[in-house]
Amino acid sequence: MSSTAQAVHYEEHHQGFFERWVMSTNHKDIGTLYLSFSFLMLFVGGSMAMLIRAELFEPGMQLMQPYFFNELTSMHGLVMIFGVIMPSFVGLANWMIPMQIGAPDMALPRLNNLSFWILPFAFVLLLSTFFMPGGAPAAGWTMYPPLVLQGGDAIAFMIFAIHLMGISSILGSINIIATILNLRAPGLDLLKMPMFCWSWLITSFLVIAVMPVLAGAVTMMLFDRFFGTNFFNAAAGGDPVMYQHVFWFFGHPEVYIMILPAFGIISEIVPTFARKPLFGYKAMVYAIACIAFLSFIVWSHHMFTVGLPLGAEVFFMFSTMLIAVPTGVKIFNWVTTMWRGSLSFETPMLWAIGFIVLFSIGGFSGVMMALVPADFQYYGTYFIVAHFHYVLVGGALFSIIGAVYYWLPKWSGHMYSGFWSKLHFWSSVISVNVLFFPQQFLGFAGMPRRIPDYNVAFADWNMVSSIGGFWFGASQLILVGVVIHCVFFSKAKATSRVWEHAYGLEWTLPSPAPHHSFTVPPVIDDSQLAHGDVSH
Amino acid sequence: MTMSSSNCKQRILGAGAALGASLVSMAAAANPVPWQMNLDKGATTITRQIWDLHMAALWVCVALGILVFGAMFIAIIRFRKSKGSVAATWSHNTVMEVGWTIVPVLILVGLATPATILTREMYNATGSEMTVKVTGYQWLWRYDYISYDGKPITKVPTIYSRLAWDSNAARQLGSGIDPNSIVAPDGYHDYLLNVTHPLVIPAGVKVRFLITADDVIHGWWVPDFAAKRDAIPGIMNDAWAKVDKPGIYRGQCYVLCGQDHSAMPVVVKVLPKDQFNAWLAEQQSANTLDKAARTAQAPPSTPPPAKG
Amino acid sequence: MSQLDANVYYVPHSSRWPIIAVIGMFLFMTGAAVWLNGYDVPGKIVLTIGALTIIGMMFGWFGNVIRESMKGIFNGQVDTSFRMGMMWFIVSEVFFFAAFFGGLFYIRTFVVPWLGGAGDKGILTNGFIWQGFSAAWPTNGPDSVGGSFIATSPWGIPLINTLLLLSSSITVTIAHHALRAGNRKRLIGFLGLTIVLGAIFLGLQAHEYWESYVHLNMTLHTGIYGATFYILTGFHGLHVTLGTIMLIVMWLRCVRGHFTPQNHFAFEAVSWYWHFVDVIWLCLFLFVYIL
Ligand code: HEA
Ligand code: HEA
Ligand code: CUA
Ligand SMILES: [Cu+2]
Repeated sequence: MSSTAQAVHYEEHHQGFFERWVMSTNHKDIGTLYLSFSFLMLFVGGSMAMLIRAELFEPGMQLMQPYFFNELTSMHGLVMIFGVIMPSFVGLANWMIPMQIGAPDMALPRLNNLSFWILPFAFVLLLSTFFMPGGAPAAGWTMYPPLVLQGGDAIAFMIFAIHLMGISSILGSINIIATILNLRAPGLDLLKMPMFCWSWLITSFLVIAVMPVLAGAVTMMLFDRFFGTNFFNAAAGGDPVMYQHVFWFFGHPEVYIMILPAFGIISEIVPTFARKPLFGYKAMVYAIACIAFLSFIVWSHHMFTVGLPLGAEVFFMFSTMLIAVPTGVKIFNWVTTMWRGSLSFETPMLWAIGFIVLFSIGGFSGVMMALVPADFQYYGTYFIVAHFHYVLVGGALFSIIGAVYYWLPKWSGHMYSGFWSKLHFWSSVISVNVLFFPQQFLGFAGMPRRIPDYNVAFADWNMVSSIGGFWFGASQLILVGVVIHCVFFSKAKATSRVWEHAYGLEWTLPSPAPHHSFTVPPVIDDSQLAHGDVSH
Repeated sequence: MTMSSSNCKQRILGAGAALGASLVSMAAAANPVPWQMNLDKGATTITRQIWDLHMAALWVCVALGILVFGAMFIAIIRFRKSKGSVAATWSHNTVMEVGWTIVPVLILVGLATPATILTREMYNATGSEMTVKVTGYQWLWRYDYISYDGKPITKVPTIYSRLAWDSNAARQLGSGIDPNSIVAPDGYHDYLLNVTHPLVIPAGVKVRFLITADDVIHGWWVPDFAAKRDAIPGIMNDAWAKVDKPGIYRGQCYVLCGQDHSAMPVVVKVLPKDQFNAWLAEQQSANTLDKAARTAQAPPSTPPPAKG
Repeated sequence: MSQLDANVYYVPHSSRWPIIAVIGMFLFMTGAAVWLNGYDVPGKIVLTIGALTIIGMMFGWFGNVIRESMKGIFNGQVDTSFRMGMMWFIVSEVFFFAAFFGGLFYIRTFVVPWLGGAGDKGILTNGFIWQGFSAAWPTNGPDSVGGSFIATSPWGIPLINTLLLLSSSITVTIAHHALRAGNRKRLIGFLGLTIVLGAIFLGLQAHEYWESYVHLNMTLHTGIYGATFYILTGFHGLHVTLGTIMLIVMWLRCVRGHFTPQNHFAFEAVSWYWHFVDVIWLCLFLFVYIL
């Protein structure tokens, strides 16, 4: 490759540990940092979840004071959303986008490093609150005032931690946009991009639009608490519900920020193992754009019971239900991609299929909740908890694990254990249903969420759910083993294409991919595009 | 009325149901029962309509699930590489793509239309014959009778409804008291679902609840009434219910409100109209309720510290 | 060495500045939090250290970038990346303000009328909780929190400030054209004028705040009006301050002879930022002061 001559000035050789990881400007190293961090956080947030499930194992208080339970619930939500799902998607973006669009690196490498390193410090701020007088924030991840304002020293730290996370993901998204719009190899026009790039491009716009809004919401909270303002106090002309509107204007797009990249990942995996072009590529792109747009006009479906005017209830019901349509298009297109394909079921494909089923289940419950009268019976119950774990665990988390199994050989240069990775899948996919399906029954039966103790009528399903929880948690230990073995011990070398029918630029690079992806822009060969389809 | 006088029978029934399809709708129970898997039909026309809507949506989702997953699994069975299936190369079919855009829209409109009508009904509190003000505190409910039969209600003492003492004792960390040991007179296991003084309302009367809070946001909810609104400090929300059968109806605070969020249940005692009138008269003929019990549970004037 | 090769996208060597930036932010925010929680002394100390770290970092980082750009190792593509970066950063800033504007609109169109008895919800809310309160704007709520106050008139200082910022937008544009035309004198002159206008704006803003606090009893505690007023104008003022500082830096660089008619991204970025604070102010003037 003529790039060897140019590779010189990158000086990737003989970097010290500190220089390589802490001062890194390399998209792969930073991607690795992101993924490792979110992996760690999965265990932190997961351990909290295990404590939650342990306390809920049977009625009566066995392990902790109610207030500490609320701390766990709130921190579990915050850690999982801002510390696990979002960072791991950004990590995948860092690793894959430059490789998929034929770029040497991210557009703004130093900014990239900044985006990552903010996170560990932000979470030091957040998690340190557990050890403060008054304990960690305990008003839920939604942090509703006035309750949240009753918290102790934690509030200020929580708010600033959220500011930092916001800055981190905004800068990350700016970088992704600049990379995708500016660094594509000549000839790789937008409608030839892999779906993963598309999904992240649109997700980045969402992030830039809503993370500042969250910052605004918590800033008002900061002022109410420390500077004597009265944003959320009706006696002063304010309204606690104002926070909820601002929060959910962020909050709903946020949940799509946590699923659109997943859509991208699934759209990469399915065609590869169906050995067939992705069905309806353009429709897939438009669907994502459409979902992103709609996500801005549905936020009040989280507030159906706050006493919205009738008109608002009806409007947000319709707009919310509408989202099922473009999402459906994606599901149908994936299924049709498999139809008349030549399917094989390597580990990533298993996770993709698991995703399609579990996400759809979660989505269905979402549509049920969108019906205002029905939501009056669901709101604030475990039916909600079941819904968002199906879409977040069965959806987002499954897609991330699938992505890791899909690209890990490309990253590490080694193959992982087929047996253990498949065992991991089967164990997870069964236990996740044991864990969350009963929570739908609990919700229907009327069990409120965010409670450490409950009536004996809820006992049985909670026990089932907890057992599923421990099982699912333990299953994740397999993932640790598989990854460590693959990266450090596996002898099986990975070919550059890795999967028989894997197309797209990343597979033209050797495995492991060179430190700098494309020092000279690759030539685009339409027959080698990820979705294998150019005849739009 | 509650129907779990024989708890173990419920369990067996329920366990059976549990083994069966997870979507069977169990006979409407007034209050949560073991192994319950579905919404209650509830105790008002509204709740029954909601139940129908809920089931309709549920079956739509089941049907779509069977369709989508079915198609996928057929593909998984039939189009395996190992079975020598050769991949087709097409990646378009405008007709189908348009089809599965339109059809879902129609389905959704089909669900949203009755939902809209029902929502309007739920928002229509006109013609309510009784008004009760509900105020949430950390952590109890306060009930004030405002009016009945078009006349303002006077001299009826405010009801402070907080978790009953037996549940409260049992819920303490390491209390050693078995939650199952807490049983209502009617045999219902009402751990965390019983209060010192329930709200009392008449059956067959359209009652309007004015819902607010005094410290943080709470949520007043009786599932069998589908009367549910956030109790927001400084804002007055309203909900209504016309309960057709007398009984004891139990619900809980559904908005996280601090450490004892799980310990401020809502219990409503619905009496036949004549019995209610008698009860009301009794209340109005002053000090029937011992002052001691009242003051014992007067609401905290200032919210207690969030951590206790 | 291929660094000057126009078709190589410059990927910088590993850099120490980002991690220093992070440590700076971390100390700054920890200090702020500790301070807010009432431990003044340690809080202030940590906060100051953080602030100094951030300032030092900026000199280092930007100095670094400037040197690179002087060396001419940024090809056009790198320049585009920088532009996109700044553009989308400004967009995110817009949404930050949007949150507060949204809150303001919600309060004014729904909440205050409800408290005043408008609509079904209002009848109950007003009738049972806030009897006798009638909706109006500006308001500090049924309990007139913060005591009676007088709202600042838009036609005094705010109007002047509007004119100041508008004209400063013009002067900075003139300066930009001068830079393109290679007219240094004109550039430095008008850029300097922009800075002066910005400074006067800030001075007047400060004076207005002082007036409101001392004479009009219009403070942060003045109910929802004071809250929305100060959070919006305050954050805008903060951005004007930052903008002015950036302008000063640009001015110094111009004096030092930096920038060429073709290559002056930093200058453009700052002017974009300046136009952005200007537009925000127009919205403020309309929605906070006039309406
Ligand atoms: C990844 C995150 C994610 C995703 C993708 C979604 C997707 C959806 N969500 Fe979910 N939601 C959350 C995360 C997510 N949600 C979280 C975290 C909460 C709780 C927040 C809190 O309170 O803590 C929540 C809460 C929540 C509520 C509030 C409930 C309440 O508090 O009372 C509602 C109400 O409408 C809702 C609706 C929906 C809908 C309609 C979708 C749709 O996008 C789903 C669309 C998908 C499908 C419908 C399935 C596939 C489609 C087909 C097979 C086509 C045919 C289908 C039909 C025609 C029906 N969600
Ligand atoms: C964003 C993603 C995400 C993810 C991945 C998860 C994962 C899990 N969540 Fe999560 N959860 C949320 C987001 C998420 N959650 C949110 C937003 C809320 C709402 C918070 C609120 O109400 O404010 C919530 C709330 C919530 C509740 C309701 C709490 C309440 O209302 O009081 C429960 C209860 O069961 C729960 C359980 C779980 C479990 C068992 C997992 C499991 O999937 C976790 C599995 C992972 C691990 C267990 C870690 C790995 C393994 C180990 C640590 C080894 C040790 C363990 C064993 C050996 C058993 N979660
Ligand atoms: Cu009161 Cu929850
Ligand atoms: Cu939502």
